[in-house]
Amino acid sequence: MNEKGWRPKIVAFVCNWCTYAGADLAGTVRLSYSPEVLLIRVPCSGRVTPFMVLKAFERGADAVLISGCHPGDCHYGSGNYLARRRFHLFKQLMEFVGINPNRLWLSWVSASEGGKFANLIDKMVNEIKSLGKFNYSMEETKGEGTPKHS
Amino acid sequence: MPGIGVFVCWCGSNIASTVDVERVVEEVSKLRDVSFVTHYKYMCSSPGQNIIKEAIQNSKLEGVVVAACSPRMHELTFRKAAKEAGLNPYLLEMANIREQCSWVHSDKKIATEKAIQLIRMSVAKVTKNLPLEEIKVSVIHRALVIGGGIAGIQSALDLAEAGIETLLLERTPSIGGHMAQLDETFPTLDCSQCILTPKMVSVAQNPHITLHTYSELEKVDGFVGNFRVTIKHKARFVDEKKCTGCGLCQQKCPTQIPAEFDEGIGKRKAIYIPFPQAVPNIPVIDKEHCIWFKKGKCRVCEKVCPAGAINYEQQDEYITEEVGAIIVATGYRLMPKNVYGEYGYGRFKDVINGLEFERMLSASGPTSGKVLRPSDGKEPKVVVFIQCAGSRDPRKGVPYCSRICCMYTAKHSMLLKHKCPGVKAIVFYIDIRAGGKGYEEFVRRAEEEEGATFIRGRVSRIYQKGNKLIVKGVDTLTGSQLEVEADLVVLATAIMPQEDAKELAQKLGISYDEYGFFTEAHPKLRPVETSKAGVFLAGCAQAPKDIPDVVAQASGAASKVLALFSNKELVREPIIAKVDEVNCVGCFACEKSCPAQAITRKEIRDKSGNLIKEVAKVEPGVCQGCGACVVTCRGGCIRLEGFSDEQLFAEVNVL
Repeated sequence: MNEKGWRPKIVAFVCNWCTYAGADLAGTVRLSYSPEVLLIRVPCSGRVTPFMVLKAFERGADAVLISGCHPGDCHYGSGNYLARRRFHLFKQLMEFVGINPNRLWLSWVSASEGGKFANLIDKMVNEIKSLGKFNYSMEETKGEGTPKHS
Repeated sequence: MPGIGVFVCWCGSNIASTVDVERVVEEVSKLRDVSFVTHYKYMCSSPGQNIIKEAIQNSKLEGVVVAACSPRMHELTFRKAAKEAGLNPYLLEMANIREQCSWVHSDKKIATEKAIQLIRMSVAKVTKNLPLEEIKVSVIHRALVIGGGIAGIQSALDLAEAGIETLLLERTPSIGGHMAQLDETFPTLDCSQCILTPKMVSVAQNPHITLHTYSELEKVDGFVGNFRVTIKHKARFVDEKKCTGCGLCQQKCPTQIPAEFDEGIGKRKAIYIPFPQAVPNIPVIDKEHCIWFKKGKCRVCEKVCPAGAINYEQQDEYITEEVGAIIVATGYRLMPKNVYGEYGYGRFKDVINGLEFERMLSASGPTSGKVLRPSDGKEPKVVVFIQCAGSRDPRKGVPYCSRICCMYTAKHSMLLKHKCPGVKAIVFYIDIRAGGKGYEEFVRRAEEEEGATFIRGRVSRIYQKGNKLIVKGVDTLTGSQLEVEADLVVLATAIMPQEDAKELAQKLGISYDEYGFFTEAHPKLRPVETSKAGVFLAGCAQAPKDIPDVVAQASGAASKVLALFSNKELVREPIIAKVDEVNCVGCFACEKSCPAQAITRKEIRDKSGNLIKEVAKVEPGVCQGCGACVVTCRGGCIRLEGFSDEQLFAEVNVL
């Protein structure tokens, strides 16, 4: 169903202190990873709202990553716990409205984990490639909230 | 907002070799809001910054995007330049096309496309940026130093010398740390205690230093310039004000247990001063081993104390202090005994580690400076030293080099030769790493003048045969198997972070590496700062290092604190939350989500003073700008400056 030469588009909301710095480290040590990811820097993973994720899907993202500091290591203390709780719930909502929850990833990458960041992106790109392009009108899950065609 | 200027940096070939800069310029100039685009080899250079400044003034730019390296690297540089050109610095954003594009992708076409997309997102964001004013907060000119080893002592003394009131926190009963345990120090063989104890006394006598021994950090709140720390004073059961330090109590105490200070080779009492030169010279009762606390009998110390200083009712005490900066100097521990099973460490009495050997060498140590086998108290004839016992061994979880073992093993072999003439000292090593002033010469002296035998190779196994230890190893230079009958084996065990280093890091909000060493803000250029403003690092808590390096870093950390304290006020980034008071309904969900307790309540009253409503108010000096409240607010009444919904959605909108 995917067009030829299609490459997924992945939006990553990453916290300034851990994952953004981890992504920088991946660059500093010249690792290489799939270019399909675009990073949006936020102060904390707890700053990301479900609306942003929905908007990203609306604007053509095939998957969204939210990544911050490891549990216990949040620069602000507890922001990543808020994100974890929020998006655990939100994934259930995604299923309900008919978006495959596997299109939303949560991961913890610290400032020293450049390698983990690169691997994460590669893995994510591969899995999203097999999920295919996100197209809401012909989705995906058989959630009870799946919209009918109009 | 029209009038955005975009400045694309080549970063020499760092960006330009994978990103087609000219094509980027061409594409970006087509964007609606962009009125000026240019590129330059090094935007961060002074001519590069001048290009930005001139364009801001000549083209009347209302926003700037610099497409270059990570904003963590140069955002400040460019914001400063914008400010100098008369543009509010917060109307500048960076697009990270180096670390997150040119350095990680190799296909030029794809990297160029991605760079264009990243710039497009930054341009979209900057159109929604608002001019912001920096926040000024006062600085408390007091410092907290955590850890009373040589690192903490040096930092505290430097700060005190500059007149800064300093709290020195130490969790054991005395300051001194590992350095107090050492006998002589490489490469000069000066006596460790002789050079350390005068510093310890200076700490005790300095009017600017408040010493908190037998105390731990309980909690840290606040931010740079304004930390509020809670310190737990563990109950000593000895009144510090009454005690004269006569030591009668520890003479008479009937309980004997292995002494931590002597690494378990010597004994101490249940009420004890860890070593004779301890500062402060005040004993503590070890509740776990004291007969009174265990069985409700004894109270001998109370009976003999001429000052009436013993107080079994003493409780842990919590005190709160306000400080402007924190230096973390919590030191290291050695690899635990159970990790090296094949060497019998922990099973064979005569397999010991470097610190245990150090205590044996010390004239004030448990053996009064004689090298004796722990098993039978006899002087050894053959001593084997094994380097890298744990270090440089990924299988043991320590792939790094502990940095000091080559040197102290050479020193051990030398001191052993001095103490026991005729003894054979055999050192197994992987490589000799003797980088340091006078270090290589020192190792050569051990080898050539003092006659220690250095064998390049690893030891595979140690087992007991009679009262000897059989050391099986290999000499990789001759390619032969070796078997040595040793009387004593000394392991240069790996230096590891303190067991609770991660917990402390989490209390302080600083980061740590995969092993638990605290991470510096930049591995080369900011080696004493942490990612948290106002928290600095000194000593082995950051990475293994020798005494001169520790002292240098400790003084470096102190000078960073002094630089911070040279300001009356600190300028903070205005990346904070603001409440829309008109629409706030006063549900205060934000109050609960705020990790910094920055949200207070504000009453809104009409002209005649009647209460209309209560709304949330963000304290600008306290807010850390995490944005948790923004997401929590149901009405969307809170805006996080710098990362507002408008800005972030603008980025998403142009995907």
